[in-house]
This record gives sequence, C-alpha cells and structure tokens, in this order.
Amino acid sequence: MSVIPVSWYLVLSAILFGLGVVAFVFKRNVITIFMSIELMLNAVNLAFVAFARAHNQLDGLVFVFFVIVVAAAEAAVGLAIVIMLAQHRESLSVERVNLLKF
Amino acid sequence: MILPLIIFSLCALLTVGGAVALILSREPIHSALALILVMVSLAVLYLLLGAPFVAAVQIIVYAGAVMVLFVFVIMLLNMGVEEQTDFSKIAKFVGVPLGLVLIVWIAHWMFHAQAGSAMGTGATMVPSSTRELSTQLFRQYLFPFEATSILILIALLGALVMARKEE
Amino acid sequence: MGFISQHPVLVASIVKAAVLLFIVMTALAYLTWAERKIIAHIQSRWGPYFVGAHGLLQPLADGLKFLFKEDITPPVTDRLVYTLAPFLALSLSLTAIALIPFGPPSVLLPLVGQQAWSVTDLNIGLLLVFAITSMGVYGVALAGWSSNSKYPLMGGLRSSAQMISYEVSLTMSVVGVVLVAGTLSFNEIIQRQSGAFWHWNIFGLQHGAVPQIIGFLCYFTAAIAETNRVPFDLPEAETELVAGFHTEYSSFKFAMFFMAEYANMITVSCLATILFFGGWLSPFPSSWTWQIFLPGAGLVLLGIYCAYDTLTEMRGIARLQLAVVTLLALGGGLLCLIPAVAGVIQGPFWFTTKVLLILFFYIWMRGTLPRFRYDQLMSFGWKLLLPVSLANLVVTAFVMIWPWLRHG
Repeated sequence: MSVIPVSWYLVLSAILFGLGVVAFVFKRNVITIFMSIELMLNAVNLAFVAFARAHNQLDGLVFVFFVIVVAAAEAAVGLAIVIMLAQHRESLSVERVNLLKF
Repeated sequence: MILPLIIFSLCALLTVGGAVALILSREPIHSALALILVMVSLAVLYLLLGAPFVAAVQIIVYAGAVMVLFVFVIMLLNMGVEEQTDFSKIAKFVGVPLGLVLIVWIAHWMFHAQAGSAMGTGATMVPSSTRELSTQLFRQYLFPFEATSILILIALLGALVMARKEE
Repeated sequence: MGFISQHPVLVASIVKAAVLLFIVMTALAYLTWAERKIIAHIQSRWGPYFVGAHGLLQPLADGLKFLFKEDITPPVTDRLVYTLAPFLALSLSLTAIALIPFGPPSVLLPLVGQQAWSVTDLNIGLLLVFAITSMGVYGVALAGWSSNSKYPLMGGLRSSAQMISYEVSLTMSVVGVVLVAGTLSFNEIIQRQSGAFWHWNIFGLQHGAVPQIIGFLCYFTAAIAETNRVPFDLPEAETELVAGFHTEYSSFKFAMFFMAEYANMITVSCLATILFFGGWLSPFPSSWTWQIFLPGAGLVLLGIYCAYDTLTEMRGIARLQLAVVTLLALGGGLLCLIPAVAGVIQGPFWFTTKVLLILFFYIWMRGTLPRFRYDQLMSFGWKLLLPVSLANLVVTAFVMIWPWLRHG
C-alpha cells in the first residue's frame, strides 16, 4: 500500500519542525510566533503518525489526538493573553513587551 | 505505485512551501493562510499514512477551529503590517545559516531513526479503524482523555475571563 | 490508453467527478429558478415567466448576466485574500458533494467494476463531510475582512461566528444516528435503515434503533443556520447589513458566493436524507415489486402534463421549448419503464425525490418566516439547541444500552 518509506515522512517532519523554530526565533509579531508554535506541533504530529505506521501500533494516533486537543486549549488561552497584551501595550510586536527586561 | 509518490511529493511541497510562506510573509493574515494550507496538506499525508480518522480530526479541529480562532484574532487586532526594522547584521549573516544547519541536523537524525528502516509495508493493514482507536482511547487511555476534557474546560473558562472587557 | 487500463479507479473517479460537477451546477441553476417561483407563488405573484416557458430559461439569462457584468473591485488592501475567498467558498461546497452516495453500491460501472453512484466511498465519509463544511467558515470570514468596508466586516464576522456556533450542534445532533448505526460510513448507515419507511432513522422502528426525530429537528435547525438561510440570515439580509459579507463583490465573484450558498443547501439536504430518511431506499417495503415502475410512470405523467401545457401555451417560442421538454420527459419515462433500466434508476430516483422535498421545505421556510435578531440567534444556538442535541445523544445512548427498552 504505502510504498513511501517512513523515513521520508520523518525527514519532512524534521524540516517542518526546523522551519517552525526558525520562524519562532525570527518573527516579531506575537500572533505569528504563536502560529510557528502550532507549526512545530503539527510537525511532531506527523512524526507520531509516521511512527505509528512504522510499528503498526495505534498508540501514536491516540497521542496525536491528545496533542491536537492540548494545542487547541493552548491556542485559546494564548490568544486571550495576546488580546489583552495588544490592548495594554497598543502593539503586537514582542520587542515592545519589555517591561521585565533588566 | 506512482500515484502515492505523486501525492506525497505534492503534499510535501505544499507543506514546506506553506511553512516558508509563513516565515516570509509580511502580513499575519497571509501567514495564517499559509498555516492553514500546511495543515490541510498534512491531513492528506495522514490519509496516505493510513490514518483517516486522524486526518478528519486534524481538519475539523485544527484547520477548522483553531485556525479560525487565529484568523478572528488577527482580524480583531488589525494592527497592520509587521514592523520591518532591519535585522542586525549578526542576525542576518549568522542566524539564517544557523537555522539551516539546525534544519539539516534534525533531518539527518530523523532519517537515521530506528523506525526508518522498518518500512511499514502495510501488509498487515494497521488496525487504525475508528472502532479500534476509540477502544484504545476509552480503555487504555481513559485517564488522559478525562484529564484533557477538564483541561479544555479550564482553558475555556480562562479564555472567557481574560477576553472579557473590564466592566 | 495504457494509463487508463493501469489506473481504472482513478480515471473512473475523474469521469464521475466531472459528470457530478455538471449535474450539480445545473441543479444549482434550477434551484434558483425553483426558489424564485415558489416564493413568488407563496407571495401571490407569478415569478419569472417570460424568459422561457414558465421562466425555465431564467437561470441561463442570470448566468449570462453575471458573466457580462462589470467587475467592480473596491480599493481593497489585500487583493490575494479578496480574490481567494469566493473561490475557496465555492470549491469547498462542491467538494463535499463528492462524498455523497446517490444510489446503492451494488450498481457497478461495467468496465471498471467500481460503484456507479458515488465518487468516493470512505469508511468515515460522514466525518469528512463535516470537515469540509467546517472549512467553509473561511470563505465568509476572509470575504468580510478583505472587503475593507464596515458592512462586510460586520456581516462577515457575525456570519462566521454564527456558522461556528451552529456547527457544534450540527455534529452533536448527528451522533445519535451514528450510535444507532454503529458506523460512520454512509452506505452502512443507509443499509441499517432498509425495510420500509418506518425503518428510517427518523422513525426508527427497527430492531436496535431509536427514533431520531429530535435529532432531525436539531440537525435541520442547525443546518439552516450553517447555510445562512432564513430565519437565520441576518448577516446577509438586505434591510440590515446591505448584503453582508458579499456586499463588495460583483459579477462573477458574487455568482460564486451565490452558488456556494446553494451548493451548501444541497449538501446539507443530501446529508439529511442519508442520515434520517433512508437515503436511496424506497419508502415502500421491498416486497412490493411494482414500485420499480414508479420512476418511469412519474416521468410519463410529467410528459403528459407538459404536452397539455404545450397545447395551451400562447407564445411560439415557449411552445417550442415545452415541446422539447415534453419529448424529453416522455422519452425518459419510456426508457425508465424498461425493467433493466428501472432497476438501476431506483436508488437515485428516491434519493433525488427526498432531497427535492427537503429543498422545497427550505424554500417554503424562506417565504414564510421572519428572521431572528443576532443576539437571539446566538443565544438560541448555544443555550437551547446545543443542550437539546446533547440530551438527544444521552437519551439515545441510554436506550441503546438498556436492552429491554429497545424496540423488537
């Protein structure tokens, strides 16, 4: 059925994760940083599903389920924080959120 | 034989392209659209990997609800184009190559991961039917299931309290 | 040629998708005609009657108008998103129809050995249809936002908030059916309802099934809110918000939104027939063998009525059109009376009839009911419809578990 080696999916997952890290480090808009976190979570999900296929087990898929759920909860709370941040600091750039910087 | 290869290549291209578009976009709404594209392509990849239920859940929850939340918040806080102050020289000349090194490094080690050699031919059609998955979920993983339900409830209450206007 | 013989499933799917696309676009066009005629008759007027016989060529005229109208683009800040939104809405609406089975899987295409009446057949078909319809929120939200104007923005945000709220009730009200059938596959759900009309899920009088009347009412209400129709169409009503999220769109892009709305209606009606009304099953018990002549008989009767209409029609060109329709109806009717064809055409005939009845009900409601205010709409969705759907789910699950409460 699937003649594509599982390692290809793993490499794709690694590339996505790396791109997520790069986006996280380089971007300055809070919401975009959040989206790069979601990208990293998606890359990890792909790795989980690929491993589940490789070992013919279902545990990987169950874990993907939980990752998706927790990511949804985190996105909700995180975006609420972002909204409050935008209202108080009048800007969405992380460079402006520097009151705790010494 | 050739069809899974075409679909995989197309989806891999869309995924990586979407991720690069996320990095290179000036406006947050374009980054959000790129991320939605990434998620939908990943759902197709899950279908290729023989996990249709996970693909459907990914589209319904991730691409259809979480990203809608992102898009709403971006529309609500329409603060325009990201400030484009110039990178410091260090960031540009050292940061980008370091990022590429990171990507290649992780990719190399994932390629040589243990499972990579287990081809997973799918001759034994992996029991990823919805029934089996739900049996696992409600028997072996019952406690995490209930814990995440409470987690969602807490997140809902927290978001509600925080996003309300101060009366 | 080698490609076709090596990939028969792929080629057959592509051909089926093309045929289905053509049929759905025609059905969309004539759905607009039916809506205008039915609402006109509800309001004691004629509706379109001039363009063809009984206004039957009106959709063609409308299509031409949309093609040739000037495409006014307001000064939007984001051309990509502005152009993307209607394409996204239309393509998602049309994709969902690919998953729907129009007839039994036992009818196979002769050369390929694949089922004739659905483009795809998946184990989790129901979940994927919900996945595709849940992505439809983006078309509305992006259209409203990228139009750079306050009415579309308000309309778009309200409309998308309404859609995501009622999506939850929509999926919850269907879980009762999934519990009864024990599977997410459309063909299996329909097979469990076989028998006569009292075995359909809405009546649920077969062994091991629970009546899903409340489920159907919740589903239908949520579906009307999902598709932004009266009485839930405040975000796009003319007197309230100019035209809501598609105010700034003209000609072809507006036509795409228009078609997307009607395609959503068709998808939702198809789902309702499959889940609650037995899909392509006939309402009569299968032991009544004369029923396979019903489609043919119905078409012949339609042909006779059209013949009468031809003779009483006054205008020459309309008479010609009606003569063509009569010939088509009579020809089709006689073709369907051949037993070989009649056996094959049963499934789609009953499916189409039920979908048309539900669409008639949709249009009837548009002509009759006033619309909800937005806050009433949102509180109705969250405070009444969602608890009722959940209660339906709990009661169904309860009855399924306790053996002596089930029928039979």
